Amino acid sequence: FLGINDPGFLLSRHRPLAISNCPTTSSDDLPLQPLAAGRWLRFLGKLLPVLRWPPQACPFLLLVEIRQSAPAMGIECLVLGAGQEIGKSCVIVTINGMRIMFDCGMHLGHSDEERYPDFSLIDGSLDCVVITHFHLDHIGALPYFTEVVGYNGPIYMTYPTKALAPLMLEDFLRISVGRGVEEKFTAEDISACMKKVTPIDLKQNIQVGKDLQIRAYYAGHVLGAAMVYAKVGDASMVYTGDYNMTPDRHLGAAQIDPLELDLVITESTYATTVRDSKYASERKFLKAVHDCVVAGGKVLIPTFALGRAQELFILLEDYWERMNLKVPIYFSSGLTKQANIYYKTLMSWTNKKIKDTIALQNAFNLKHVVSFDRSQINAPGPCVLFASPGMLSGGLSLEVFKQWAPSEVNLVMLPGHCVAGTIGHKLASGKLTKLYADNNSQIEIRCKNVNLSFSAHTDSKGIMDLLKFLSPKHAMLVHGEKPRMSILKKKIESEMGIKCYDPPNGGLVKIPSATVHVKAQTSDSFAKSCQSPNFSLSRCSTSGAVLSTDLASPLTVTDDRVGEAILFVDGGKARGVHKDELELELIVSGEGKPQVVLFGHCFPIRSKNLTNATGRLGLSGSRSLLKVLALELSHLFPQVDVQNMGDFLQVGSFILSVCTNASCTRRSSEVPGDPSTTCTYFCCSWCMEDEKLALAIISSVRNSL
Amino acid sequence: MKLTCLSSGTGYQYPPCHILEDVCGFRILLDCPLDLSALSVFSPVPPDNGFVSDGESSHISARDCYDKEQEIRKRQKFGTPLHGEDLIHDELWYKTVKNLHLWDPSSIDVVLISSVMGMLGLPFLTRAEGFSAKIYVTDAAARLARLMMEDLVSMNMEFQYFYGPRESGAPHWMRREELELLRPEVKEVVVGKDGSELGVWMPLYSLADVMDCMQKVQTLKYAEAACYNGTLVLKPFSSGSEIGSCNWTIDGPKRNITWLSCSIFASKHAMNFDYDALRGRDLVLYSDKQFLPLMDEVQSNDASSTIPSKDLSDLRCCSADKDDWKKLSESLLSTDEILEKEKLDFICSCILQSVQAGGSVVIPYNRLGILLQLLEMIPVLLESLAADVPIYVISSIAAELLAFTTVVPEWVCKPRQEKMFSGEPMFSHVDLMSKRKLHVFSAIHSPELLTTWQEPCIIFASHWSLRLGAVVHLLRRWGGDANSLLILEDGVDADIALLPFKPLEMKVLQCSFLPERRLPKIECLLKLLQPKILVLPDDLKEKLDFSNPSSDKFPVLYYTEGKTLCLPSSPEGSVDLEIASVLAERLVWQTLEKHDVMYTRLEGELVMEQGKFRLLPGIARADSHLSKTKEMKTDAG
Repeated sequence: FLGINDPGFLLSRHRPLAISNCPTTSSDDLPLQPLAAGRWLRFLGKLLPVLRWPPQACPFLLLVEIRQSAPAMGIECLVLGAGQEIGKSCVIVTINGMRIMFDCGMHLGHSDEERYPDFSLIDGSLDCVVITHFHLDHIGALPYFTEVVGYNGPIYMTYPTKALAPLMLEDFLRISVGRGVEEKFTAEDISACMKKVTPIDLKQNIQVGKDLQIRAYYAGHVLGAAMVYAKVGDASMVYTGDYNMTPDRHLGAAQIDPLELDLVITESTYATTVRDSKYASERKFLKAVHDCVVAGGKVLIPTFALGRAQELFILLEDYWERMNLKVPIYFSSGLTKQANIYYKTLMSWTNKKIKDTIALQNAFNLKHVVSFDRSQINAPGPCVLFASPGMLSGGLSLEVFKQWAPSEVNLVMLPGHCVAGTIGHKLASGKLTKLYADNNSQIEIRCKNVNLSFSAHTDSKGIMDLLKFLSPKHAMLVHGEKPRMSILKKKIESEMGIKCYDPPNGGLVKIPSATVHVKAQTSDSFAKSCQSPNFSLSRCSTSGAVLSTDLASPLTVTDDRVGEAILFVDGGKARGVHKDELELELIVSGEGKPQVVLFGHCFPIRSKNLTNATGRLGLSGSRSLLKVLALELSHLFPQVDVQNMGDFLQVGSFILSVCTNASCTRRSSEVPGDPSTTCTYFCCSWCMEDEKLALAIISSVRNSL
Repeated sequence: MKLTCLSSGTGYQYPPCHILEDVCGFRILLDCPLDLSALSVFSPVPPDNGFVSDGESSHISARDCYDKEQEIRKRQKFGTPLHGEDLIHDELWYKTVKNLHLWDPSSIDVVLISSVMGMLGLPFLTRAEGFSAKIYVTDAAARLARLMMEDLVSMNMEFQYFYGPRESGAPHWMRREELELLRPEVKEVVVGKDGSELGVWMPLYSLADVMDCMQKVQTLKYAEAACYNGTLVLKPFSSGSEIGSCNWTIDGPKRNITWLSCSIFASKHAMNFDYDALRGRDLVLYSDKQFLPLMDEVQSNDASSTIPSKDLSDLRCCSADKDDWKKLSESLLSTDEILEKEKLDFICSCILQSVQAGGSVVIPYNRLGILLQLLEMIPVLLESLAADVPIYVISSIAAELLAFTTVVPEWVCKPRQEKMFSGEPMFSHVDLMSKRKLHVFSAIHSPELLTTWQEPCIIFASHWSLRLGAVVHLLRRWGGDANSLLILEDGVDADIALLPFKPLEMKVLQCSFLPERRLPKIECLLKLLQPKILVLPDDLKEKLDFSNPSSDKFPVLYYTEGKTLCLPSSPEGSVDLEIASVLAERLVWQTLEKHDVMYTRLEGELVMEQGKFRLLPGIARADSHLSKTKEMKTDAG
């Protein structure tokens, strides 16, 4: 037997992952171009001392394999947007060479170059783009990217996202044009871009190219929001997009399967906040609205047309029905009307409660909510008006605000976070008392205002819950504020013991892929024997006496099914067989000649017991050791004939001798415990038919000495 | 692996039913249908007035009286043409799959459902003692099937009201002496050709059985993977025949199987047949027989459906340039569309004729797709004539059924999805209902129907067997009207089905609603799928030719109804094993001097995940496994 104690061998022959994962070998060192012959040779030179292969094996085979799988093994994330900020979400992830863009958003707080992700940082081509939901900070830059930058690969998004995204984009474009801002894309670009989109269903398995598999999971947040799972080879990751771990009026909570993941990229909008139950804020909202309309006031609710509006519609509709209120509820834009049509069709993406109503009445058939006409602004009597855009950043909502603000019976309800710089933000922080109207006259702000957080983002507890549920090997935070993110990052690292990253825009994070497998083939009987239990019971005691009837010694159950298998590497192919098939296997490989298969094992015994044992008999040396053993064994196994041949003991085909060869190939990797005591190795070999006996003898030798 | 064909079915209404044994040690039942065409041996509930005039008010005596009368008639009329009175006058019993009851329900591990029709017999199975199999079905098909089953139960109620509480034990017509009295045509349906099928008749399941069945079903989304026992990965892909209908792929560690059910290349309403996803499997089981009767039609060159022979030759030669996948796909999709359109146009023109003549039209629908398409085409035609003819849909589930079609964008065809994306309704019936051109009623006796009733009219009603539901009453009403029209689907034995309504003045149009799949197309498809083994029904033995030398050869096996076919095991008796690299690094290698062979003893724990054998380090694995079993709180379905 010639031993090769080189763990790298198998890996290098079959899947050179281990090599390319070495920290010293970056993708630059790997021979990617066939022309660079010199580099090939240098590379070979590096490998040769490390690797050994049997003489017949062709070294070129190895190199070809390396070339195929070499580029960027593991996962590489390039953050183009939403790195340590909220807005323009865009992450490029390269998994084992396949490159995916998650989200392609715009930043609404910027109007310069900063508004779009810096696509020039993308090195090479993308394999696909996946959009998680229809908010502009996740999809806003897509028409620009496909129509102006010129990406023309596949784009995936869920059905509701595909339906609602054009509404959002067109509305955005309309407002921009109204303000006189020139955008980088046109309405035609939007429709051309949306035509290229492939709609996907939840949990649908999408195969992109040969290697990449993606799958969407329910994320809550808004209608059609998805978390995306991507897998290439052994490496897999989840990009959450925005998600909500608690159900709301019209959407369910995020839902994902347990997956084996290398990386989770999660949003962290509320990295440090733990929110109260939604019901408290709903009650507060309804009370404020009710009090106002009962007192004859008008309620202005500035919201964007999609998402929040529909949630509040359902909430108010339900409340109006229960309280039998007749006060009209208006919504301002045609967009909302359009959106309601989509919400009706896309019922199956809402929560279970709404879905169950479909048999009787579609929950989005709203009775009390009607559309609004501009002439009704100053009509007398109470009303509730949903006007876009949110945050009072312009358009109708600001116009109505200017009309209604001077009266103290009126109410402005801000249902969510307002971005700094908007009038909504000033109003919420109580800093707004006066406002200049168009004709330079001042308006006194006397109306009441209530700011309620109806956020559809998860809070920090939700983020931790999701991460703990998925238990990935690495985590990465995006879509949050820098100081809060670093607090959450520390929390994740300390609580979960995994590495967590929070890269800034333009940052690159490299994650080695750890869940790698080596491929081999196995025979049927191996698989079968592994599936059926193979229990063996043994009473092992520390005292040494194996057959003592010491009941206190614990009964251990071992089930070593896999241990009965032998893995072969023959001419580059790895093959696992059951031990019963061994002889057959060797006959095939040994040109038909029957072979004798010997099993070997070399194990250490710590000398303390040994010297005690030999000291008792006053003997020394290996021969004396064997004598002691022979005695012991014949005592323990009266049914067999233990022969002491001087240099070795023989029981049937079982042969045991004292091993002096330090590099004995039969030696297992176990470390002899106490280094202060010297240890003696026993080397044994046996034929298959004596396997049971051999194992029994070995274990009793171990225990008795 | 073994395949047993329990029943080869009759097509869409009664799809075939198979059992696959020893798929990685598991037993899989493919579909569990109900042979509803066998209902034609029963007589529908007789018109009420016949009994009221006799002064008979008790239901039980009604049955007795009828029994005697019927017996006398049978004796008298033996040898004369079949008459309505020769049918069985009793509460309906239902014919389940004929050999399924020979199998122990508890021995089935997995049930795969391909379509709504393939699920109608499932409550019989799920209520059986010891049944514990996992049932997989697409979400849309499950929803539709629940509606269909509820409809069946509610229609069946009418019989229960008429005949009163069910007697215990077998019904009278099952008695030997009664069977002998049956006419041969009827008897053949009752006991089967070989006389072995009497045991498969069952009284219908209850609503509770249906609910129980639906709870045991696991629904999947389009192309969602379900993993059974870590070993079999099952995925549904659209088959194009109906919303929610699918073909299944079964991926195990040793073999990949594709089960092709009734598939339509280009559907006008449902998601297209996704054959791309079915490629590259080891074994293709092709169980679709629906084109078979149509093929004869082609040969006899039926007047109603003339097929341009050019198409056929085009398809024949397409196998030559089979590398050109795109082109081939197009050719597979193209021809169907025109023909289906022609056929529906023909149906519409017939409808118009009778409406213009003042007659009403009864369409016993059973295919959701046809209902939806006719609902789209008929109003357009009526408008062009400026005729004010109302359209009624009468069924206990009609409203829910139509509402359901508006909320499944994931399962409708591409053009309709585009409609949805541009904000239009996917199907026009929503508009029609709001314009009050289309009226939906839950029953024929509903008060709303009486107030809006108007003749002539066009009525869609169930059931297509002409034994149940509103259709029976409508046929009685218009049976004598020579201007009225009944549209029946192919596959219904019109002679027996119409017996109870004889003499019939009404016109009857019987035609196939299904786009025809011609054999060359199927040949083409099967060649494209490139299986290692192909399994076909034996009817196709002479009809399909796979000996074309230009194509890659693959063995073709043929199965026969009621027989078990042994499928050869995969060529190499080996399975792939993935060894965790952590473990692989720990292996200590030894080599044989003489040969280029290295070996080591393996350790670790062998697990089965996602249809793959994986060898993992024992302890680490146990840890990660524990952390994965946590439950996640969920709300959304």
